[in-house]
Amino acid sequence: MTLLITVYAAIAVTLIWYFKQDHSLRLGVLCFMYWGAAIMWLVDAIFEYADMGSEYFEPSAKEMLNDSFLGLSVVALGLVIWLIILLIKDPKGTVRDSLKRQAK
Amino acid sequence: MACFLVSAAEAVVVSAVNRRMELTKAQEKHTEEVEVVKIPVSVKLKWLTRMLTGGSFLLAFEHVWHGEVTAWFPFLTAMSSAADRAEMFKEMATVGVGMAILITAVWGAVCVAADAIIKRSSSETKIESERS
Repeated sequence: MTLLITVYAAIAVTLIWYFKQDHSLRLGVLCFMYWGAAIMWLVDAIFEYADMGSEYFEPSAKEMLNDSFLGLSVVALGLVIWLIILLIKDPKGTVRDSLKRQAK
Repeated sequence: MACFLVSAAEAVVVSAVNRRMELTKAQEKHTEEVEVVKIPVSVKLKWLTRMLTGGSFLLAFEHVWHGEVTAWFPFLTAMSSAADRAEMFKEMATVGVGMAILITAVWGAVCVAADAIIKRSSSETKIESERS
């Protein structure tokens, strides 16, 4: 479930990056982060499948729920990292302008 | 157990190489102007660094979630016994190296595709300018 959720998040962000064409959003960072994690979990899944066989595709409800929570948490963590990078880089100068206004 | 450490180590090495290349490139820029349109290697290495760093960070979070990484020394629960350590190193050598290889392979394919797209678009522009 973690792999699936991350792959869906990577696909969604890549599509937004492709159609939005707003490079100031720095969506590329998020794309690379999710795709990197998805590839790494894919390798993990391949090794687990080689070890467990078809049992890998029959997880218990508890395992699925835990993995789903983990997947959603990973997506949220990725978004938080991206948001922090966006606010620090501040490509549109919004943070800088807001701080300047408050400093007056 | 600690498979993400292999990719994290690769990210550190690639990042250092990229930093070195960018410094060399900045010095070269003063001496010569390059007119060829292509994606610089430093940009491509940045893509790889982002995939490796981002992936390793999110996988490290997964290991924290499963209680395999701790906030105190030696930071990995697998380091507590010799048997666990051996299993951890085996996982790093198989799964960890596999992850690093696949990410690098995917990055290589992306670089080839990106170069092909740039080459195609610049040849199309050349044909259009020759027609007009």
